[in-house]
Amino acid sequence: MAYELDALIPNEARTGLPDFGSGDTVRVHAKVVEGDKERIQVFEGVVIRRRMKGLVSNFTVRKIASGVGVERTFPINSPRVDKIEVIRRGKVRRKNLYYLRGLTGKAARIKEKRF
Amino acid sequence: MTIEGLLGRKLGTTQVFDERGRLRGVTAVEVGPCFVTHIRTTEADGYTALQIGFQDDRKLNKPEAGHLKSAGNLKLRHLAEFRVSDSSAYTLGDQLGAELFETGQKVDVTATSKGRGFQGGVRRHNFRGGPKTHGQSDRHRAPGSIGSGTTPGRVFKGTRMAGHMGAERTTIMNLEVVARNDERGVIFVAGSVPGPIGGLVRVRKARKVSK
Repeated sequence: MAYELDALIPNEARTGLPDFGSGDTVRVHAKVVEGDKERIQVFEGVVIRRRMKGLVSNFTVRKIASGVGVERTFPINSPRVDKIEVIRRGKVRRKNLYYLRGLTGKAARIKEKRF
Repeated sequence: MTIEGLLGRKLGTTQVFDERGRLRGVTAVEVGPCFVTHIRTTEADGYTALQIGFQDDRKLNKPEAGHLKSAGNLKLRHLAEFRVSDSSAYTLGDQLGAELFETGQKVDVTATSKGRGFQGGVRRHNFRGGPKTHGQSDRHRAPGSIGSGTTPGRVFKGTRMAGHMGAERTTIMNLEVVARNDERGVIFVAGSVPGPIGGLVRVRKARKVSK
C-alpha cells in the first residue's frame, strides 16, 4: 500500500494542481532534456485515466498525432512536469476511458460538461 | 573502514523520483537503529568484527540479558555479526543506522524469501508443462520425463522436481540506494527485496561492484 509510505518518501506534493479527471482535455507542460539543454514540451489531449495513489499518483493523456494515437502517462508530482492546464471539461460516465482507443474522429468526441 | 552492513526491516514498495526526475520503483528498508553488542578482536577471536543487535522489544531470558548487559541493557530481538577492518574504533552500545549507506551506493540485501509451500515443477522450476489441447488429459502441468530407462536404472540426484519452495535465505546483489530518509532511518533501494513486509533483512555494502 503506497499510501502508508507517503510519510517517508522524499516526493513533494505539487502545489497549484488544478482539479481534473477522466474526460477532461488538458495541456501538460513537460520538461524535456536534450543534451545539456532543458526545454518545455507541451502535450495536449484527453485524460483517459487518473490513478489516485497519494504521492505516486499518475494520469494518462491521449491524443491523435499525425493520425496515430499517442498516450503519455505523467506522474502528478514529477519534477519534470512543469504545469498542468485544464482546457475543457468532459462529461463521461466511467473512470477509465479505454474505449477511446478503438474509436477515431467523430466517434471519439466527448461531450462538454455544463455547470 | 566502517562496518560492512546492518540489520533492518522491509517496509514495502513505492516509487521515488531520483535526482534526474525519473520515477524509480523502490523498496523502503528501515535500517537500524542497531547497537554494538559485542566486539570481536584479533587477539581473542582471530578476526575483527562487530556483533550488532536490532529491535528493542523482546523479553529476554537470563543468559541473553547477561550478554546484552554491557551494551546498555537493551532488549534486542535480533543479533548478527558483520566484519569490520578495525574494531577498536567502536565501543559497546554504539548506535548505528541508515547514515552508513549513501545515495547512489550499491548494496546487497539478504533475507528469508516468502514461503511458497509445496509447488509443482511449473512454478518451482519454470517447466513448460504439457500441451493444453490435442487430447491431453492430466498432463497439463506434468514434469515430463525424469530420466532414461534400464540404463542408468535410477533417477539422478538433483533432478528438478516438485517440492518445497521459498522460505530460504536469499541475497539480491547490487541494488542501488536511490534515496534516504535520515529522520526515520529509511533507505530506498531500487528493485525488489526478498521476504514479507515487516521481515528482517541484512543490508551490506555490495561485494561485487562492476564498473
